[in-house]
Amino acid sequence: MLSYALLSGITLGGMYALVAMGLTLQYGVSRIMNLAYGELMIVASFIAFVFMTALGINPILGLLIIIPLSFALNWGIYRFLLTPLVARAKNRGMLEVDSILATFGLLFIVQGVLLVWFGGNYYSYDFLNDAVDVFGAAIAANRLVALGFAVVIGLGFYLILTRTRIGTALRAVAVDPTSARLVAIDVNFAACFAFALGGAVAAVGGVLVSMFLTFSTSMGVVFTMKALIVVIMGGVGNLLGALIAGLILGIAESLVATYIDPGLTIAVTYVIFLLVLLIKPSGLFGRTA
Amino acid sequence: MTPFLKPDFIRPVAIGAAIFAALAFLPSLVDSYYMSLAISVVSFAVLATAWSMFSGPTRYISLATVVFFGIGAYTVAVLGEVMAFPLVLLCAGLAGTVVALLVGFSTLRLAGVYFVIFTFGLTELVRQVVSWYEVNVTREMGRYVFLDITQNDIYWQLLALFAVLLLTGFVLGRSRLGFALRIIGEDETVAKHCGIDVTRVKVALFVLSALFMTLTGAIIAPRWTYIDPVIAFNPMLSFQVVIMALLGGPRRLLGPLLGVIPLTLLFEVLTASFPNHFSILLGCVFMVIVYLLPGGVVGLYEKYRAPKKRTLSTDTETTRKSGEKTA
Repeated sequence: MLSYALLSGITLGGMYALVAMGLTLQYGVSRIMNLAYGELMIVASFIAFVFMTALGINPILGLLIIIPLSFALNWGIYRFLLTPLVARAKNRGMLEVDSILATFGLLFIVQGVLLVWFGGNYYSYDFLNDAVDVFGAAIAANRLVALGFAVVIGLGFYLILTRTRIGTALRAVAVDPTSARLVAIDVNFAACFAFALGGAVAAVGGVLVSMFLTFSTSMGVVFTMKALIVVIMGGVGNLLGALIAGLILGIAESLVATYIDPGLTIAVTYVIFLLVLLIKPSGLFGRTA
Repeated sequence: MTPFLKPDFIRPVAIGAAIFAALAFLPSLVDSYYMSLAISVVSFAVLATAWSMFSGPTRYISLATVVFFGIGAYTVAVLGEVMAFPLVLLCAGLAGTVVALLVGFSTLRLAGVYFVIFTFGLTELVRQVVSWYEVNVTREMGRYVFLDITQNDIYWQLLALFAVLLLTGFVLGRSRLGFALRIIGEDETVAKHCGIDVTRVKVALFVLSALFMTLTGAIIAPRWTYIDPVIAFNPMLSFQVVIMALLGGPRRLLGPLLGVIPLTLLFEVLTASFPNHFSILLGCVFMVIVYLLPGGVVGLYEKYRAPKKRTLSTDTETTRKSGEKTA
């Protein structure tokens, strides 16, 4: 029982960490507080569902189509919807308020479209649903595959940011957009790229989650919420922090669901969030706020 | 000497009192469909005005409206048959105040974005906790509210609450507290240097605004007859209130009202004729406001009026302010 709870907590936590990495990139580099983030993730879940059930394409292959697609979609969102807001904002606080309101609009539109197409029911599909024995706990193979992919993609993502030229540029913009300009970094391009990359990570998260969880059109908000909590817990812009915070959250949730009551998972998330806000608002590994 | 006896205080209050007295006769003029519409308008007017009272000057976007509204409604569902209605309202007010104090003190010291996120999920949390409590402790999901309160009673109570709220807002705007709040809204660092206890002012306003929201929920609860956590804590309400206040203009006392009236009517038509497309349309309204009307209807009016009327010295001040809203 304990090993099962821990393992499913780690898979869940891995998903949270992956999804939060995308969000921390969007918020840290592009300075956009994207509250439609979870909806874009759920869109990917539904695309994976349609691929699998209607076209017979399995979600792993589906990723090859979904990743470029979501990258382009998020690029477009930043270019056409958010650039005007960035241009008119006088300071970071105003951009935050504007981007929150604009992405709220986006949230409702995406959710509404999904609701019209798919209705309010829960969806799931069968993919690698056989149990695998790990340390005496029976875990569905799709969970392990999802975790594996989350690790590989998360690692790849980390290497892009720390080892490549464009990754270094993104990190520079995250630290100080004004100074980044002085060393010939195209800040607008970097922000756009970071937003699109973050959106692609969200889509990957959506596809992986759809392999082992049932999902519905209204679940995006919950994922946005958890991703935000992980980002804040880990410290904004801190990838390693997001990883650890994601795992903590996933394991805590899984333990509470197993031993106390599955109805209290959000309460746990919240208690942890509140503790972090009260004790160290800059996050577990954040620099001073 | 008291500021309350000056004509610029007495006149607006007298006009307001006359309007509210006239509105109190509405039930004898229209049938019950329009009464229920009027109740929707007045309840949203209280919620949006109360929301703006805190969020307008501080620019903290609160999505916790329905938390307080739901607490009010739930208190009535639990205590409605046990004690007299005024006592129930008192209890609801107390419950709302306590929750607002807790939320306020734990989050209002932080940057606005944390506050938004926190209130964003607070509804989900409260709903889950109440559901869990009802399922595991009281073992009854859903409650019936059978109280001897008519639609007209609800309307009068809400109208009175709205009158009190407007009067509070009006007095507040001329008080030290309101002044402190405006300074905080302009620049929090400056406010701190002026010796304002920033957190306490924000918490005080947050609690005051939450109190009105709680009472609205409590007053309107008898209208439903059946309440469960999903109905009482419906997060859509928080978004509707935000959008109404922003459309009207949250920086003026009567601003939100300009957003409440058209949007309540619009939502009424939409839920009747396009129930499945409601959320898409709500999203579109959000987009329109962010991109086309950043200062709300009031901001638009001020933008076109301001350059003509003001003298030179205040002119720069207003253009700076309206520039801040629209730019």
